[in-house]
Amino acid sequence: MTVDYLIELFSKLFDSPFISFILAVSIAGIPLFVLMALNATVAVYVERKVSAFMMDRIGPMGQGPGLHAGPWGVLQTIADAVKLLIKEDTIPSSADKLLFKVAPFIIFIGAFLGIAVLPFSSVIQVVDINIGVFYIIAVGSVGVHGIVMAGWASNNKWSLYGAMRSAAQIISYEIPAGLSIIIPIMMTGTMNLQSMIEFQSGSIWGILPNWIIFNNPFSFLAFFIFFISAVAETNRTPFDIPEAESELVAGWMTEYSGFRWAVFFLSEYANMFVVSGLAAAGFLGGWLSPIPGLFNSPIWGLFWFFSKIIFLIFVMMWFRWTFPRLRVDQLMHVCWKVFIPIAMLNIFGVGIWKLIIG
Amino acid sequence: MGVVQGDQMVLNIGPQHPSTHGVLRLEVTTDGEIVSKITPHLGYLHRCFEKHAENVTYEQVIPFTDRCDYLASMNSNFGYVVAMEELMDIEISERVQYIRVIMAELNRIASHLLALGVYGLDIGAFTPFLYMLRDRERILDIFEYTCGARLLYNYMWIGGVSHDLPKDFVKICVEFLDYFEPQIEEYNNLLTFNKIFIERTADVGVIPAEVAVSYGVSGPNLRGSGVKWDVRKDEPYSIYDRFDFDIPTGSGEFGTLGDCFDRYWVRMLEVTQSVRIIRQALKDLPGGDVFETMPKKIRPPVGSVYRRTESPRGDLGYYIVSDGTPSPTRVKMRSPAFTALSCLDEVSSGWMISDVLAILGSLDIVLGEIDR
Repeated sequence: MTVDYLIELFSKLFDSPFISFILAVSIAGIPLFVLMALNATVAVYVERKVSAFMMDRIGPMGQGPGLHAGPWGVLQTIADAVKLLIKEDTIPSSADKLLFKVAPFIIFIGAFLGIAVLPFSSVIQVVDINIGVFYIIAVGSVGVHGIVMAGWASNNKWSLYGAMRSAAQIISYEIPAGLSIIIPIMMTGTMNLQSMIEFQSGSIWGILPNWIIFNNPFSFLAFFIFFISAVAETNRTPFDIPEAESELVAGWMTEYSGFRWAVFFLSEYANMFVVSGLAAAGFLGGWLSPIPGLFNSPIWGLFWFFSKIIFLIFVMMWFRWTFPRLRVDQLMHVCWKVFIPIAMLNIFGVGIWKLIIG
Repeated sequence: MGVVQGDQMVLNIGPQHPSTHGVLRLEVTTDGEIVSKITPHLGYLHRCFEKHAENVTYEQVIPFTDRCDYLASMNSNFGYVVAMEELMDIEISERVQYIRVIMAELNRIASHLLALGVYGLDIGAFTPFLYMLRDRERILDIFEYTCGARLLYNYMWIGGVSHDLPKDFVKICVEFLDYFEPQIEEYNNLLTFNKIFIERTADVGVIPAEVAVSYGVSGPNLRGSGVKWDVRKDEPYSIYDRFDFDIPTGSGEFGTLGDCFDRYWVRMLEVTQSVRIIRQALKDLPGGDVFETMPKKIRPPVGSVYRRTESPRGDLGYYIVSDGTPSPTRVKMRSPAFTALSCLDEVSSGWMISDVLAILGSLDIVLGEIDR
């Protein structure tokens, strides 16, 4: 079920290719937007609860709607969202108004576009393009423009520091992430996410699923480099130095309030979703079941893919509530002097592995 | 080739900032991330403690001492009453002495727990902070059970204490200590020996011993630099000479002697020593009346006294001048946090903004005490 299929379907019904294109894109895009909003809502709730349980608290609780935040506080995020929507949208008088207003949406576009190519199941994918991996990495870098714009336009020293740190961090960590995602590409010989996942079907010695992470020691290492770099790219703890609360107040988001700030949050969780999706598709067999040969129908595929994403997002939350924060120079040290050399050696290793073992 | 000199930028950290530990404003001159000069601006929490003290009676000063170091009010009270008793030459009952030591050490644990937890928060780890606050809460519950207050106790009075211990105090206190001691292991596993935490604190913000001494830094900050000096041991007051406890000092375990990690680690070790003292005191706690030695009328003879005590932040001194009237002529408080803050500029120039906040956190300042 892709956009191409819908366009074809509508072109039979309507004469104008323009109308069929608009219809197809809206039908495919609106569910994605809903998915994103839902993802952020659920993730914020889960984040609250996960942090609460890790900190020996209980988190949001309540007796029912209207009284408190509902049973187990499930309505907490909705209350948060409503609060953010009705809050005043303040713009500092010294800010660059246009850039200040536009920046959140550029960040959101960067996060949102990536979802379009995620293979939710063997049949559910919005666009099945042959350079899916490359596309996600490429649109993922759009967000950094928004961050720099937000930081500069706020005309605030904290924002500027946050934006500069963020730009340096995201651009640096794209390199180890990119070098590590090359390994699945080398092994499968394709950048198309669907064929990449199909390559991973079957099993190793009949027990382990034939996922790329289990294929050889180099790809095992590559997964961790990719995942840690992905955490850094999404500005999550221990790499949250751009918004380091105890240092930079809120980094590049300092001057934002209300809905624009909510959009930042939405894109943070969207980013987490996309990088987890890419990690799941590239290394963890995407929509394939962890038990080789069982539960592999498209509906189960949807379940497995979401389970893997949710698990990876949970691990990111786990990081956040366990680790302290790195310093800027230590962050760069880890990236340039540890991850990039290992990722490069990994590429060599996989090449030799492929040459010898096949 | 000339040295490339970037433009300097002045950054105001505070007075409203998540990690200035109160209302402190740091005027930081930076070149990018590198800090070249720090000027702390004080006075946002100035409440004229010393002037107030001149206009109230001696016993009415005690609630003001609570509000100076609000994280260790028992220790603030303790210093003042010990000085007053020295001035008036009062012998106080054994039970009161023991109660005071137990309370002061419990408050030291509570204060150190907050210092350690907030330090984790400064470095970016949120969870240890709440773990430590959870345990601090139990100490506050014990205080509430004893004297009705959770933060500002006004518990130690001249010649006695305001309330005798509740009947099952010893049981509750031992229960707490039994629960608390294994928790220290958990803090260490979660925060202290975390690789990132060590990377962030070891070798950062080194205060060499001679710098610490010349700035008058005291308490855990001084001991973190390897100087074994504790008022409880070196100039014993109250009954501290009866207890068996060690003075932990920094050893530069993961970096240089006197770095942020050493100051953090000394506090963690001091908590265990305080537990030891409390256990000994609870074992020997004598019976008796706590109001017995309390003077009916507090009118010290003409003269003055200076008494230093060991508060969780260091050497807390009171200088009290009496002219024979019911209110003091002068009360001067020597604030340990103030001297600790004074060395911030020397210690942290050349480090990054993140390190400055790590160093500030490791000094464990309380603005209430600095501004008074």
